[in-house]
Amino acid sequence: MIAIVLRRLGSILLVMLVVAALSFLIFNFLGDPVNNILGVNATQEEREELRRTLGLDQPTWVQFWHFLERAVVGDFGISYRNRQPVMELILSRMPATVELVLCATLLALAVGIPMGVYCALKPNGVVSRVLQMIALIGISIPQFLLGMLLILVFSVELRWLSAFGRGEVVTIGWWSTGLLTPSGRMALIMPVLTLAVFQISMIMRLVQGEMQEVLRSDFIKFARARGLTDRAVNLRHALRNSLLPVVTVVGLQIGALIAFAIVCEAVFQWPGLGLLILQAIEYADFPVMAAYLALVGFGFAMINLTVDMIYLFIDPRMRRK
Amino acid sequence: MTRAIASLRAAIDSDLAWRFRQSPAAMAAAALLLVMVVCAIAAPLIAPHTPFDPATLNLMDSRLPPAWVEGGMLTYPLGTDEQGRDVLSTIFYGMRISITVGVAAVCLSVVIGVTLGLVAGWCGGWIDAAIMRLGDVQLSFPTIMIAFFIDGVAKAMMPPDLREMTRFYVVIFAIGIADWVQFARTVRAATMIEKNKDYAAAAKLSRVSGLKILFAHVLPNTLGPVIILATLGLGVAILTEAILSFLGLGMPPTQPSLGALIRVGNDLLLSGEWWISMFPGLALVLLVLSVNIFGDWLRNALNPRLK
Repeated sequence: MIAIVLRRLGSILLVMLVVAALSFLIFNFLGDPVNNILGVNATQEEREELRRTLGLDQPTWVQFWHFLERAVVGDFGISYRNRQPVMELILSRMPATVELVLCATLLALAVGIPMGVYCALKPNGVVSRVLQMIALIGISIPQFLLGMLLILVFSVELRWLSAFGRGEVVTIGWWSTGLLTPSGRMALIMPVLTLAVFQISMIMRLVQGEMQEVLRSDFIKFARARGLTDRAVNLRHALRNSLLPVVTVVGLQIGALIAFAIVCEAVFQWPGLGLLILQAIEYADFPVMAAYLALVGFGFAMINLTVDMIYLFIDPRMRRK
Repeated sequence: MTRAIASLRAAIDSDLAWRFRQSPAAMAAAALLLVMVVCAIAAPLIAPHTPFDPATLNLMDSRLPPAWVEGGMLTYPLGTDEQGRDVLSTIFYGMRISITVGVAAVCLSVVIGVTLGLVAGWCGGWIDAAIMRLGDVQLSFPTIMIAFFIDGVAKAMMPPDLREMTRFYVVIFAIGIADWVQFARTVRAATMIEKNKDYAAAAKLSRVSGLKILFAHVLPNTLGPVIILATLGLGVAILTEAILSFLGLGMPPTQPSLGALIRVGNDLLLSGEWWISMFPGLALVLLVLSVNIFGDWLRNALNPRLK
C-alpha cells in the first residue's frame, strides 16, 4: 500500500515539475520582469541593476530554482494590469470560483445519484424514460448555451434573477461568501445550475449503468436469498458497490469543472478566477497567467491524489495489489 | 466500369451497410450531418445573402427578428444581427469554419498520436516510457484546459495584426495538440501486438526495412479503432472550438465560426434579441449531436465484441 502511495506521489511530482517549468517559461520569457517592476521609462543602468538583484543574469536553471522557491511561498510577482501582487489578486477571486464549483458538485451528487438509483431499479418506468431523455439532452448541450438559455428565460422574459454578478457578499477573514445573503444565494442559482446539469446527467447515467450491472451479480441474488429487505439489498449492497467508479469520475470532473467554470463565469460575469484569467489573456498579463497555471496544475494534482487515496480507503481490493 | 459497379454493390451488401440500415438513429444522424456539411460547403451558392461583403449590408435592416415574428422580413428568414447580416447566411458560413477547424484539428491529433503511438509501440524501452509518461502528464488535465492555455498564451504573445492572421491555425494547433494522447495509447497497444505477429516477422526475414514494415504493414492494421476515436473526437473538437471562440480566444468576428456568432449574440441577449445567438446555438447542438450519434453507432457496429 505504501508503495502505491509513493508511486502516486512520484507521478504527481513529475506533473508538478512540468507545470512549474511551463509556468516559469511564461513568467520569465514571455513576460519581462524588469519592465514589470520599473515600467518602460527606466534608464539602462537601473535595468541592469535590477536585472542583477533579481538574478536574471544567472543561468536559466538557477533562475528556475529561485522561481520554484518563490512559487512555493506563493510569490508570483506583480500583475501588469492591476499593479497588485498576483497572489493577492488570485486569493481575492478564488472564493467565488470555489463556491461555484463546490455547490455545483454537491448539487450534481445530491440529484444525480438518486436519479441514477431510481432509473436502475425501474428501468422501464415512464419517469425513468423521461429522466433518461433529460440526461441525454444534458450531456449534449454546450454549457454556455445552457447558461444563455437560462438568462433568456429567467432574466429577460420572467425577470426573476439577475443575469450577472454575485449579488451581495459577506467577507469572513479573506474569504468572501455569497451564501449568507439572500441576493448572493439568488445569484448562485443560474451559474450553479449551468455547471451542474452536465454533471447531473453524467452521474445519473453512470450510477444507473453500474447499478444495473451490480444488481445482476451473484452476491445480490444471495443477499435476496438470505431474506434481506429490498431496501437493504438495494442501498447497502448494490448502491455501495456501484459508487466506486463514481468516485473516480466525480474527482476527475471537479477538475473539468474548474475549466468549465471559466465559460460559466464568462456567461454570468461571475467575478472568479475564470474571469481573471480571461482578462489576463486579453491584456497579456503574464504573471497572472503563470500563477493561474501553477495553481490549477497543483489543484488537479491534489484532486487526483485525493481520488486515489479515497479509492484505497473504500476499496479493500486495491490495497492488496 | 463494371468493376466500379461491382465494388459499389459489395459496399452496399457489406455487413457495415446492413447494420447502418438497421439503425434509424444512425441514418437520421448521418442524413442531418450530410445536409449540414453540404450547406457548409455550398454556403456561397445557397446562402440567401453574402454576409461578409460590406457593400450588400444595409444597416437599416439590422436587428430584425425572424420572419414569423412581428416586424420580421421574409428575405431574412432567421432575422439579422446588429450589422444587418442575415443570420441564416452567417450560420452557413459559420458551419463551414466550425467544421473545417474541427476536421483539421482531429487530423492533427491523429497524425501526432498515431506517429508517437507507432514509435512508442515499435521501439519500446525508454522512448516508449518517455512518450507515455508525457501522455500521462497531459491526461491529468482536461483537454479544454490545455487548448485554452495554448490558445491563450499564443494570443497574449502575438501583436494584434499577426493575431488576426494566424488565429485559424493557432486554434487548430491548440485543439489538435490537446487531444493526441488517446490515439497514441490505442495505436501503441495495437502496435505491440502486431509487431510480434508472423507477417511482421516474415517481412523482417525478407529484409524489409523497419520503417517500411511499421508504416506499410503494421499501421493499416492499427487504424480501425483510430477511425472510431476520430469520429467521436470530431464532436469534441467542434465543441472545443466553439467554447474557445465564445470566450473570445478562437475565430475573430470577421471570420466567425458558430461559437464566435454565439459570442456576438450573447452581448445582445439582455436586450431580448435572442435569435442572433440561439439559432447558431441550435446549429451547433445539431451538428455536435449528429456527429456523436453517428460516432456511437460506428463504435458499436465496428466493435467485434458486440457482434
